[in-house]
Amino acid sequence: MYAQLVKTDEKRLKSLGEMDPQERAFQGRIDRGEKIEPKEWMPEGYRKTLIRQISQHAHSEIVGQLPEGNWITRAPTLERKAILLAKVQDEAGHGLYLYCAAETLGISRDEMFEQLHSGRAKYSSIFNYPTLSWADIGAIGWLVDGAAIMNQVPLQRCSFGPYSRAMIRICKEESFHQRQGFDIMMKLCKGTEAQQKMAQDALERWWWPSLMMFGPADGDSVHSAQSMAWKIKQDTNDELRQKFVDQTVPQADFLDLKVPDPDLKWNQERGSYDFGEPDWDEFFQVISGNGPCNEERLGARVKAWDDGAWVREGLMAHARKHARRTTLAAAE
Amino acid sequence: MADKALFEFLTRIGDTTLVLGHRVSEWCGHAPALEEDIALANTALDLIGHTRMWLSRAGEVEGKGRTEDDLAFLREAHEFRNYLLVERPNEDFAVTITRQFLFDAWHRLMLISLQESSDQRVSEIAEKASKEVAYHVERSTDLVVRLGDGTEESHRRMQHAVDILWPYTGELFTDDETDRELSDRGIIPLPSSLEGEWKTHVDGVLSAATLVRPEREYAHKGGKAGVHTEHLGFLLAEMQVTHRAHPGATW
Repeated sequence: MYAQLVKTDEKRLKSLGEMDPQERAFQGRIDRGEKIEPKEWMPEGYRKTLIRQISQHAHSEIVGQLPEGNWITRAPTLERKAILLAKVQDEAGHGLYLYCAAETLGISRDEMFEQLHSGRAKYSSIFNYPTLSWADIGAIGWLVDGAAIMNQVPLQRCSFGPYSRAMIRICKEESFHQRQGFDIMMKLCKGTEAQQKMAQDALERWWWPSLMMFGPADGDSVHSAQSMAWKIKQDTNDELRQKFVDQTVPQADFLDLKVPDPDLKWNQERGSYDFGEPDWDEFFQVISGNGPCNEERLGARVKAWDDGAWVREGLMAHARKHARRTTLAAAE
Repeated sequence: MADKALFEFLTRIGDTTLVLGHRVSEWCGHAPALEEDIALANTALDLIGHTRMWLSRAGEVEGKGRTEDDLAFLREAHEFRNYLLVERPNEDFAVTITRQFLFDAWHRLMLISLQESSDQRVSEIAEKASKEVAYHVERSTDLVVRLGDGTEESHRRMQHAVDILWPYTGELFTDDETDRELSDRGIIPLPSSLEGEWKTHVDGVLSAATLVRPEREYAHKGGKAGVHTEHLGFLLAEMQVTHRAHPGATW
């Protein structure tokens, strides 16, 4: 997950006949379900799109540490504190695998950080919402990680080998994250009146932003069509959103929580829930920097990077000294 | 009858790992490099894990039915028994890593010795924690050497960190009545007995890091007796707020 609105640079989808032989052979490999590895030939558009998508995804993992990290020092029990620490540590680990996967495409981690810090690269809109109570930690695990899994399970079959393999590893951990989130919600819903209220309030604030995580309807998007042809994307945004709603509504019922959507109802004919339209104006505002926490989140990452410059320089300087001493010792 | 001295020791070590775990966890998402975000979260997680073992055992020894959470979240600052060193604020990465290094070097020696404890549970917890702490020492030692002997700026910051933290290390090696009683019973080593080996290790590392050990021998004390710095109250206010706002709730 966490990659919304990935552009492909393509103006329209080419037919096989319009491709040059190399591109046609490449598309043939994709169509046969072969994995593309970093050293193999690939169209420039494929490489760029993957860099955008994987780095957006990595940035989301890194920025995602902040809203959850906000509650580590205030977790209500030692066990919850330990679980949350383990989870946030996993997120940073996911960021690390993903940056490594993107690096195989010829971009460095420092360049990707630069794109994030300058605001050129995006990260998931969801992390620009504030975590206001402990229940938000439950809601994030349950809804946000739930939506992430929905997005990431198909990405395990992505055509690009390193991304697909990173996803297999990440999905295992994400399902643990979702369970811990649901478990937090369950405890709250069986708890005191104040805890139940906290849980309902969290669902109300996180429901719509979670649905927006899948991105707007693909419509006639060239980018989506191209990404699907390249098997970088497997399902449309709307298909994934529907799947998420169908999975999550019965869970909310089980928790005895009310989903804040007056249009939500079971559609017997479709065997799915009908639901209302997210506020896409809000989505585009958040994506373009005007969400409630955009400035804090990005500001915190930039500050961490700038404040840490002396540490990174110190470590590099030591490595150079050490190498020089080793060379001198070998020469003697 | 409850073993008061043993309860006292278990809260000293459990509160120390709790408060340090809290401080380290404050870095989450703000570290100088992604690898450090992971390593700091991992260190905090280990320390919180140790805390749970020490404080659960403290509750059992006390025999009043208090759980790890009752002890962590429902005591006042003056009831906390952690060393002052670990409640020092993070300030910058230099202070954080130097505090960790000075503590890890002590922690490792303490746990090695506690593995020989005549109290079986103390010895078991020490054995479990030792494995993780061996890694903590390796990591903080390595960072102290690399940043001490890095650039002019990293050296200056590391020397400043050593200078301001040094007066908080003496407390790790002071003996009081509780220590003497428990040492006589073979449960813990006398804290003062760890000082020689600690200094040898620390001196070696500081020297490899081109850092100077401060001359000043004055030591701030009080943590073990519940007299803390001004910082602990704020730390606990934050740590305990959710738990205290919902008396009797389960999470």
